[in-house]
Amino acid sequence: MTHQIVQALTSEDLPKIAEAERAAAEDFDHTLRVCVAAGCLSQHSDQIVQGLEHQIHESGLKRCRVKGVGCMGLCSAGPLVSVRPDGMLYQNVTPEDTSDIVKSLDSEPVQRLACSTDRPFFTQQTKVVLENSGEIDPERLEDYLAVGGYQQLSHVLTDLVPTQVVDQISRSGLRGRGGAGYPTGLKWGTVAKAGGPQKYVICNADEGDPGAFMDRSVLESDPHRVLEGMAIAAYAVGASEGYIYIRAEYPLAIKRLQTAIRQAERAKLLGSSILGTAFNLHIHIRLGAGAFVCGEETALIASIEGKRGQPRPRPPFPAASGLWHAPTLINNVETYANIAPIIANGPEWFAGIGTERSKGTKVFALAGKIVNTGLIEVPMGTSLRTIINDIGEGIPDGHLFKAVQTGGPSGGCIPAAHLDTSVDYESLTSLGSIMGSGGMIVMDEYSCMVDVARYFMEFCMSESCGKCVPCRVGTAEMYELLSRIVQGRASDEDMTLLQELCETVKYTSLCGLGQSAPNPVLSTIKYFENEYRAHIADHVCPAGQCQFEAVAQEVQL
Amino acid sequence: MTVSERVKTLVIDGRDVSARESSTVLEAAQEEGIFIPTMCRLEGLSNVGACRLCLVEVKGSNKLLPACVTRIEEGMEITTHSERLDRYRRTLLEFMFAEGNHICSVCVANGHCELQSMAQKLGMDHVRVPYVSPRRKVDASHHRFTLDPNRCILCTRCVRVCDEVEGAHTWDIMGRGITSHIISDLNEPWGEATSCTSCGKCVQVCPTGALIEKGNSVAESVKHPGFLPYLKRARGQHE
Amino acid sequence: MSTQPTKKVSVATVWLDGCSGCHMSLLDIDERIIELASVADIVYSPIVDTKIFPEQVDLTIVEGSVSSEADLEKIKKIREHTRLLISMGDCAITGNVPSLRNPFGTEKVLQHIYLRNAPSEVVPRILPRVLPIHQVVKVDAVIPGCPPSADVLYFALTELVAGRMPDLSDITRFGK
Repeated sequence: MTHQIVQALTSEDLPKIAEAERAAAEDFDHTLRVCVAAGCLSQHSDQIVQGLEHQIHESGLKRCRVKGVGCMGLCSAGPLVSVRPDGMLYQNVTPEDTSDIVKSLDSEPVQRLACSTDRPFFTQQTKVVLENSGEIDPERLEDYLAVGGYQQLSHVLTDLVPTQVVDQISRSGLRGRGGAGYPTGLKWGTVAKAGGPQKYVICNADEGDPGAFMDRSVLESDPHRVLEGMAIAAYAVGASEGYIYIRAEYPLAIKRLQTAIRQAERAKLLGSSILGTAFNLHIHIRLGAGAFVCGEETALIASIEGKRGQPRPRPPFPAASGLWHAPTLINNVETYANIAPIIANGPEWFAGIGTERSKGTKVFALAGKIVNTGLIEVPMGTSLRTIINDIGEGIPDGHLFKAVQTGGPSGGCIPAAHLDTSVDYESLTSLGSIMGSGGMIVMDEYSCMVDVARYFMEFCMSESCGKCVPCRVGTAEMYELLSRIVQGRASDEDMTLLQELCETVKYTSLCGLGQSAPNPVLSTIKYFENEYRAHIADHVCPAGQCQFEAVAQEVQL
Repeated sequence: MTVSERVKTLVIDGRDVSARESSTVLEAAQEEGIFIPTMCRLEGLSNVGACRLCLVEVKGSNKLLPACVTRIEEGMEITTHSERLDRYRRTLLEFMFAEGNHICSVCVANGHCELQSMAQKLGMDHVRVPYVSPRRKVDASHHRFTLDPNRCILCTRCVRVCDEVEGAHTWDIMGRGITSHIISDLNEPWGEATSCTSCGKCVQVCPTGALIEKGNSVAESVKHPGFLPYLKRARGQHE
Repeated sequence: MSTQPTKKVSVATVWLDGCSGCHMSLLDIDERIIELASVADIVYSPIVDTKIFPEQVDLTIVEGSVSSEADLEKIKKIREHTRLLISMGDCAITGNVPSLRNPFGTEKVLQHIYLRNAPSEVVPRILPRVLPIHQVVKVDAVIPGCPPSADVLYFALTELVAGRMPDLSDITRFGK
């Protein structure tokens, strides 16, 4: 294994180190990659790493190494261990399995642990953002350099002026991956054109949607990719200070980011005079304090400024007046992770993936009633059916698909009738949902859609910042009405009132949290109104989930 | 106000209106005598656009804009009253009434309350949404004033006047969402809040009977917030 | 205008959990009530004699909030038997003063009024156990019965007035 980098790097060093790393890899007959991202780590994959290293040492195998890597995607089958070049993938591995695995290295694979890779989950994805996840050691800068890391930053600093960078991103058609889908190039151009002595870039790593873990995985598995993207963005817009606002509930991602920043600064890939050029970028980490609303850009900015995390009216937008009133570029983790590949392969390549108006790929977190829970990346335009039935391998226990929730508490649910919908920004919006950040929660016939709406409303109610009247009180009122319905103590008037409140809250709220809080309600009423009516009129839950016996039916207000 | 500021023209409720380019839609409307309801706004304090009563319709956009913080633009076409806006405003008032424990008949601010007057003005005469009935304790520890949070609508005028005009920043908000509430200093009883100068500005700007002077009985609490723009002018500050 | 005598509008008034102040205010219309009586018939009200809510009323005016199960039953019945239902006064419309107890919950309110805050001007503190009088003060004679009959009481009184202790064992007992 090559030495740790402690000296400042220049542009010429980067490809040399990459080559050296690749050559060093030839020294090994077997490389065992063990996922040490949060999911597998919670099932003691760190002990698997130690166990394998111990077994290798004991067995005297010299040309054998173990690598802790990031997320391989199939979280429901974890902990995962991949053996190359043998081509084996082992699933549900325990620390006790390590001796069997090591013994199998030059003989028969361990069949009982074998995980087939000849299936849509592994063959039908397109990895751009996740291309290094599960391949490289996220805590080793050299691993990132080995796959061409920071060469795009070097190219940009050496060969391009900022406007050319903005132009490439614009031509790629990349849209913000945080959920709003705003054209990234347009945003970069706005910040680039803004005047002023100081500009900032911010990475929004607050990822608050329940069930979403795309950003967490990218940060745990390939943190340098995000840093490189931020650096390229900072160069393009003229910023010299950067902030990564990451939720405190992601300690592993925070630790890996801190390590990555430290490594990059030591190698002069970040900090002052990056790669010996005149470009400076200092990146600081700021932790969230448990508020979903701080994923909203103006509330996030307020939080970094040390104020209460409350949104403010826009305009002015952060691109004109953001952090400390300076022009600020704020993008999502996944957006930044797309930058280096776009520069490397060219905007036309990126624009060639996806649909007319939604270019590139999207990372989705599949959760809920689905066989293959985990992280996937597919081209925009892939159908829901492909994602759920083929890649996700359908609903467990032979149950039937009922709906899939996209966009978390801001989104809506899509029923079986629309399974052939192409997953892109416009199509999902036209169905009453949104793309959102990538959380996809699958539901079967035993999921009560009214309870789903109630669940998301409870979330919005408890996460509302409280600044504006409609969201602060409206979410609590809608939650009360939904609770009445779910508990079988609601009237038709309650339903009518609920729908009216949805309209008021949607159009009068100050920020996206309140404006989109009614979406799950509106969406479930649109496709599953019969369930609402059954709860109200017949005191029946068609999904068989809601309990009515414990309700004091006498008190009918 | 600088003499060199340009004047822009826009249309409000079908009327051609001209105003200085730094004006907000609300200021332009008020100069024309057009009424737009407000609650969290008070002349002399910064605008926060929080109560949402001043939302107006703008031609060409399906978004409603808060008049108190939206700068005018040349050629804007604004509608300040419509069936839809009136409906939303009444619902917003219903939210304000349902959120606290507003018992007008026994309140010191009865008859002199901006919440009460606004409800009457906008035709809100009953609350259709369930009452929250929160448990909120009165803070009567200050020697001159009392805070009754049951009547608080979280307009944050008190926070802003104490921060921006008195400079003490005694008041701020703790908690979030429906549990938000006003606190003095580090959530201490008002009487023990060392930053408080007892100037009473917060009492005068409070639109309801939440912040009141001691010694007033039902319907006796009359507020005089007019001192504020006068004070700012005297200090040489402008809007 | 029709020359036929028009049928009078039937009017009912009800008070639920109210202080009856709204009814007092209504009565403050003073002599105008005579005018009103020429076009309206007050068919049910706390201030008239009818005991049962009529089958069908044109206009019912209700004061007071719904605070008890009895109020709930009443108002549902009234809604069914009236064409127009009008909420009179803040208690009926917003809950008003009676609703001051809402943030506390019934348990706490009952405890506070009858246990913790008693004795007050209107509510005495109850004793942990109910006691007969002679276990508290000296009693000179007893007259059993529930109630003791008029004859027994007359006999006892006349004996006591004459200065004699009455012997009642033959003519009364507990429960008689």
